[in-house]
Parts: sequence; C-alpha cells; structure tokens
Amino acid sequence: MEVLLGITGKDFVLIAASKAAMRGATILKTSDDKTRQLNKHTLTAFSGEAGDTIQFSEYIQANAQLYSMRNETDLSPKALANYVRGELASSLRSRKPYNVNLLLGGVDPITNKPSLFWLDYLAALAPVPYAAHGYAQYYCLSILDKHHQPDISLEEGIKLLVLCTDELKRRMPIDFKGMTVKAVTKDGVQVIPFDDDKIVKSA
Amino acid sequence: MDTLVARYSRPAAHQNETFGADQDEDLFNDMAPTLSLKFAMPPVAQPSAWLRAATDDRSNPACPIKIAHGTTTLAFRFQGGIIVATDSRATAGNWIASQTVKKVIEINNCLLGTMAGGAADCQYWLAWLGMQCRLHELRHKRRISVAAASKILANLVYQYKGMGLSMGTMCAGVTKEEGPALYYIDSDGTRLPGNLFCVGSGQTFAYGVLDAEYRYDLTEEEALALGSRSILAATHRDAYSGGFINLYHVKEDGWVKHGFSDTNPIFWKTKLEKGEFTNVTSQFERIER
Repeated sequence: MEVLLGITGKDFVLIAASKAAMRGATILKTSDDKTRQLNKHTLTAFSGEAGDTIQFSEYIQANAQLYSMRNETDLSPKALANYVRGELASSLRSRKPYNVNLLLGGVDPITNKPSLFWLDYLAALAPVPYAAHGYAQYYCLSILDKHHQPDISLEEGIKLLVLCTDELKRRMPIDFKGMTVKAVTKDGVQVIPFDDDKIVKSA
Repeated sequence: MDTLVARYSRPAAHQNETFGADQDEDLFNDMAPTLSLKFAMPPVAQPSAWLRAATDDRSNPACPIKIAHGTTTLAFRFQGGIIVATDSRATAGNWIASQTVKKVIEINNCLLGTMAGGAADCQYWLAWLGMQCRLHELRHKRRISVAAASKILANLVYQYKGMGLSMGTMCAGVTKEEGPALYYIDSDGTRLPGNLFCVGSGQTFAYGVLDAEYRYDLTEEEALALGSRSILAATHRDAYSGGFINLYHVKEDGWVKHGFSDTNPIFWKTKLEKGEFTNVTSQFERIER
C-alpha cells in the first residue's frame, strides 16, 4: 500500500513517495521520507519489506557517495541505476535477498538530460518516462499514459502528480497520509511543497 | 418443521433442486423451456466446494476447469444520459478464448446490462433477467424500472451466494419514473445505485482515466470519447482486457449503439495524433551499459 511515483519532464524528474509508515494494521508515522539522495542530482524512492528498504537504500547511498569522494566526480543516473540493479541481482541470489523496489531519477550532470529508472526486487531495470510502484501502478499508469508528454514543465509535472494523488485518495481503501515530493534538476534536489490536505470527492 | 428447514437450508447438496418446488412454480410457471432453473448437480457431497476446488485459478493454478474471466466494463451517468462501454476479450487462464465477445446485453430498448466475471454465469443470468423483464412487461403492461430489474438480478444471485457464481454487472437504463439510472450488482449480492462504476480486472485503469476528467455536465461527444478512452487505457495495461471497444449511449428514448471498434488502430491513432502513451516506442531499443 506504499505509493511511489516518478515523472520525467523537459529538464527535471519528479519523485514522490507516500508519507505513511505502516506496520501491520497500524500507521507508525505520518511524515516518513521514503527517499534517499545518492549524489547531487540523483534521487531514489523505495518501498518493500520493513528493514530491508532503509538498509539497502542507505547502503547504495553510502557507496554512491564513496565513489564521489574517491573520484571527485559523480556517477550519472544511468550508471547508478545499473549499479543498483547489479547489487539487487547479487542480493537476489544470496541466502537472504533484499525485498526492495525502487525508482531512481536524476539529471545527467554532463548532458543535463533527465532520466528515470524503474527497478524491482527481482533486479529488473527499465528506463521509463513515468513510473509507479505498488497499487499506484493500477490507478496512475493509465492516467500518465493519457496525460504525460515528454517536454512538460515542472509546473505541469506537479499538476500530473496532483491528478494521480487525487485518484489514489478517491479509490485506494487505505489513507497513505499524503506525499513527499522532490524534484531533481541540474541544480540538485529540491523539496516541492505539496498540498496533502486537499479533500477529493468521488463522482 | 423439518420440511421447512430442509427447504431453506444451504448448501443445496441435500436438495435435488436449488429452488423450492413451489417457488419454482411461482416464478417460472410460464417459462420458455430453453431457460431452466433445474441444473444438474455434480454427484458429490458438497457441490459448491467441489466447484471451487475445480475452478479456483488463484488458489490452485493447476485447476482443471479455467473459467472465462477478466474484463473491463464501465458505465457513468452524465447530463445527457448514461455511457456504457466494454472491451471484448474473454480469457480462460492465460488463454485468450475470444476477442469478439459482446459484453453489453440489450435487455430491451431502454435497458442495458454489462458482463464481467464468469462468462457463462453472466450470459445465462442476464439472458434470464431479460426474460424476467419481458414477463414483468407483459404482466403489468408497462416497462420495468431499472431499480426493479437490478433487484431481480441481485435477489437471484443472493440466493446462489457461496455456491460459486462469479459476476459483476451493471444495469443502465432510462424510465419515465426514474430518469437515467445506473446500478451495480455483483455475485456477493451487492447492489448499489451510483453515478460511475468500472468493473473487472481492468477497472482500476479505467477508473484512473475516467475519474480524472469526469464531470456530470460533460457533453455527449466528450462523454463518448472519455468512455472509449477509458476502455482503451484498460486494454493497454490489463492483459485480460482487449479486443474491441463496445460503446453505448442510453438516452431518454432508449439506447443508441456507437460502434464495436478495434482497439489496435485506435491505440496507434491516439499515440501518433495526440502524443499519448509515451512509454511505448515504435523502434526497438536496448539498455546500453
């Protein structure tokens, strides 16, 4: 029931993740941040099994930062996505695999091209213009199929995100407590203020 | 007392017929011989448990009987009446059994029913509902209301609750008393009046597109386009939906059919002319490392 959404546009990638931290039938926290910044212009969002998600994403984050320190240069989003896929693939074949699904978005520091990658715990990697994980796929992908264009501005991207979260509020049986929204541009990662209190009426 | 208990006890394993004899007569005295309620039961102690074991694909993927499932159907009320749209694919397990199924049944010239769930169950019981509606018309010299028609079906499926029926249907129609009316009925016995429903494995995809742009004051043209686009969205993302888009508009003086159109050319037209479905590329691509 965790929601992860990713949308690329002309010069940015939007990554959004639900704020609820759930355990069994209880919401433990309503301001959870399911994202980690890997380097200046790459961000991941993750969902999956409770302990695994943080362990895996912080491991990836530490390694990405170590690379940046050692080489005084950042890996591109594509390089990082392939690195993460490799880690997931070897974990999958270990005694206790990580059960983590991720979205990885970033802007290439050299070409300034935005890119978004969809990864799942089976170590599948797909470059996509928009993506979702979990139940959000069922409600949001059809919306994005219709309304997404590759050259949209950040404002239009946020409008798309509102379209998606409105539908989730309307149709998902569980309250996901709003979304943390972050935008990656060539200047880095910024938090986007997002109205979580909007009440959505059903038809 | 014993006879009374026997008659109303479930499951029907202990009865020869699913309906009590008197009920049967009372309802189906003047029934055409082709639609009979006297079903042959499997010769086992608990027919419903047996049926579940033999047909439940989810709990037992190796089940011997694959029931035709998987659909997208939608209907919504708007200022100009009701739009009803469906896909046309029937699947049995992973097998596409048909791409040209008519999932909208024309009960009479003012009433439509949609089919989702078990193909046989829907086909049979909606045909049966059509018959009941005609009988109501002959008996009472006026057309049945949508509320009444939907309740006949809801009561019928409720009688069979827990015995393996699988159907999710919508009844859409216009009558003088009610105006345009829309009801959702499923095999759990749920019956809900409402403005907008999507039913079937592709429902979420259709809801996504429909909810985003639905308004009650849609024009007729907008409403038809939105209904058709919502089915297209579902056929694109749901493996168990596809084939043709079947479109109907229920107006004050009866329903109008707006075609049975192939999704494939519509998909490419939508993609190329409107620039939608940007995740689909027409060239082959490779992830370079």
